[in-house]
Amino acid sequence: MAVRDYIRERFFPHIWCPGCGHGIVMGSMIRAIDNLGIRKNDIVLVSGIGCSSRICGYLDFHTLHTVHGRALAFATGVKLSRPELTLIVPMGDGDACAIGGNHLIHAARRNIDITAIIMNNSIYGMTGGQFSPSTQYGDFATTAPYGNIDRAFDIVKLVLGAGASFVARTTAYHVTSMIKILEKAITHKGFSVVEVLSQCPTYFGRKNKFASAVDMLKHYKTHTTPIGSKEKGKNPDLIERGIFFQEERPEYCAEYEKIIEKASEGG
Amino acid sequence: MKKNDLFVQGNEACVEAALYAGLDFFAGYPITPSTEIAELFSYRLPKRGGKFIQMEDEISSMCVIIGASLTGKKAMTATSGPGFSLKQEAIGFAVMTETPCVIVNVQRGGPSTGLPTYVSQGDVMQARWGSHGEHAIITLTASNNQDVFAMTVEAFNLSEIFRTPVILLFDEVVAHTRERLIMPEPGELNVVKRLKTSVKEGTDYHPYLPREDGRLPMSDFGGVHRYNVTGLMHDMWGFPSDNPKIVYGLIHHLVDKIQGHTKEITMVKEFFVDDAECLLISYGSSARTALHVVENRRARGERLGLLELQTLWPFPVDTVRKRCAPVSYAIVVEMNMGQILHEVKKAVDDPDKVFLANQINGSFITPTDVLNILRIIQGKGT
Repeated sequence: MAVRDYIRERFFPHIWCPGCGHGIVMGSMIRAIDNLGIRKNDIVLVSGIGCSSRICGYLDFHTLHTVHGRALAFATGVKLSRPELTLIVPMGDGDACAIGGNHLIHAARRNIDITAIIMNNSIYGMTGGQFSPSTQYGDFATTAPYGNIDRAFDIVKLVLGAGASFVARTTAYHVTSMIKILEKAITHKGFSVVEVLSQCPTYFGRKNKFASAVDMLKHYKTHTTPIGSKEKGKNPDLIERGIFFQEERPEYCAEYEKIIEKASEGG
Repeated sequence: MKKNDLFVQGNEACVEAALYAGLDFFAGYPITPSTEIAELFSYRLPKRGGKFIQMEDEISSMCVIIGASLTGKKAMTATSGPGFSLKQEAIGFAVMTETPCVIVNVQRGGPSTGLPTYVSQGDVMQARWGSHGEHAIITLTASNNQDVFAMTVEAFNLSEIFRTPVILLFDEVVAHTRERLIMPEPGELNVVKRLKTSVKEGTDYHPYLPREDGRLPMSDFGGVHRYNVTGLMHDMWGFPSDNPKIVYGLIHHLVDKIQGHTKEITMVKEFFVDDAECLLISYGSSARTALHVVENRRARGERLGLLELQTLWPFPVDTVRKRCAPVSYAIVVEMNMGQILHEVKKAVDDPDKVFLANQINGSFITPTDVLNILRIIQGKGT
């Protein structure tokens, strides 16, 4: 199908600013789903609050636009009730790692078959540019006018530690690889996390001396490197991208089916 | 004992009733004095193919049941004071998205961690206004196990009929009192099934377009119709809208569908009210004390009556006004500083004849607490 066939045109124009990376992520997500050939009726999108979460409304799937930070909890209810559905949860970095941090680590711990796409622009965009848990030390934001003194989460390490069974990072610049990673994440049976570095030229860019969205995309190109590359040895500041971890582990809904069997035997 | 005779706690009666009403999905987080509900469901639900999940916190327990309910399941969570506070935002989401679900709050002493886990009825107003923004809500309560059962089944029924969260406002005494429960036979109590749309696959389904009777048939989320559900103001397709006409219409719909059916929703029990000179008004476990006082005084020839409220929200204004009109005075018996007292005063023609008999120290309200007030009103001193 064409990309257009996945979009709810009556919902457009979208709310994203010119140069925003979220549209690239949305496009990549559509292409990944199309490549996998999953029926629109089998896909449920659950989101929270923030710029990224608006993806829900724009796409012609079953879409649930919930409250700030709790999308994974709502998604857990849908998935556990109807395990045959494919659950995708697009989130922002603040949504996923600050207000929703608890649900992120616990969804990872349960290894419930949901794909979380964390669109990390290192800023709260919808509210106008406040620092987030993934804003780096020293970066500027409207609530960090003297520079941010909070340390940023390494989202990959965070969810690895919490027990996610598929963990990857990519960027809005690396679109073809993003599509492949998303395909693998969606296919993976278990909790998958894909962190996508996605530029916010309007708020993060302005505050941190990026002249344009193009500059920010170029930055993703020059400041990231594939996992295990020699470049990382030479320059430890490079951010690694690719699939960090993938392991088949007992999945939550499948485990619960076993509980039902066990309980039913007891009469 | 007969086969249907059980000797159980109120929390167990609630569990039995939810299963009777067709509960498919329960989520919870440990908190006294409601934990037994979660424990029992973890054992009972999988036996019939239902789902139980212990979530990471109170907030997600509320969110997860909304997700489950949207897919067509009957869903419930249970908590107590502090947990009820944490659930409020998501309760508002259920109101806005018109998602049927049942929330049990076994009240304990507050504010904050308060008195774990002594009895209180301090969450009456929180049940009504705990979630932000203009809205209406249904809240039921019960004073004994048989009523816990009946009200729990009714909570599920009302949540389906009105597509709304329904709060079961129990209290520690009711939840932990072990007494007889006669289990109704299947079919003995009415169990309302979800109203589902007749719109066929491939035809446009409007999730938020009410029928002529005001009800909105649902389509299981994730099923044959793809639609959007949002906590934003939305149109009949479920798409966000800030059009003043649509916002006005939606707020009115959300409030009117409940406030406009107050008569149909509200339930009370009446004891000796017809010739009463003094009317006690009470609910939950306090109503047990009130009933004791009434029966005791009746035996002495004093004309006391009891109006026991089983529905707190929407408040049964007309019934309260009607029953208070002929009496010389009314006493609201409750375990807070007068949360229902103020509603009664608002409802009646002469608020000066309405008094409060309360207890707020964590002890269960006793007949003496009520009699002391009665004596003062009667000019007898204490």
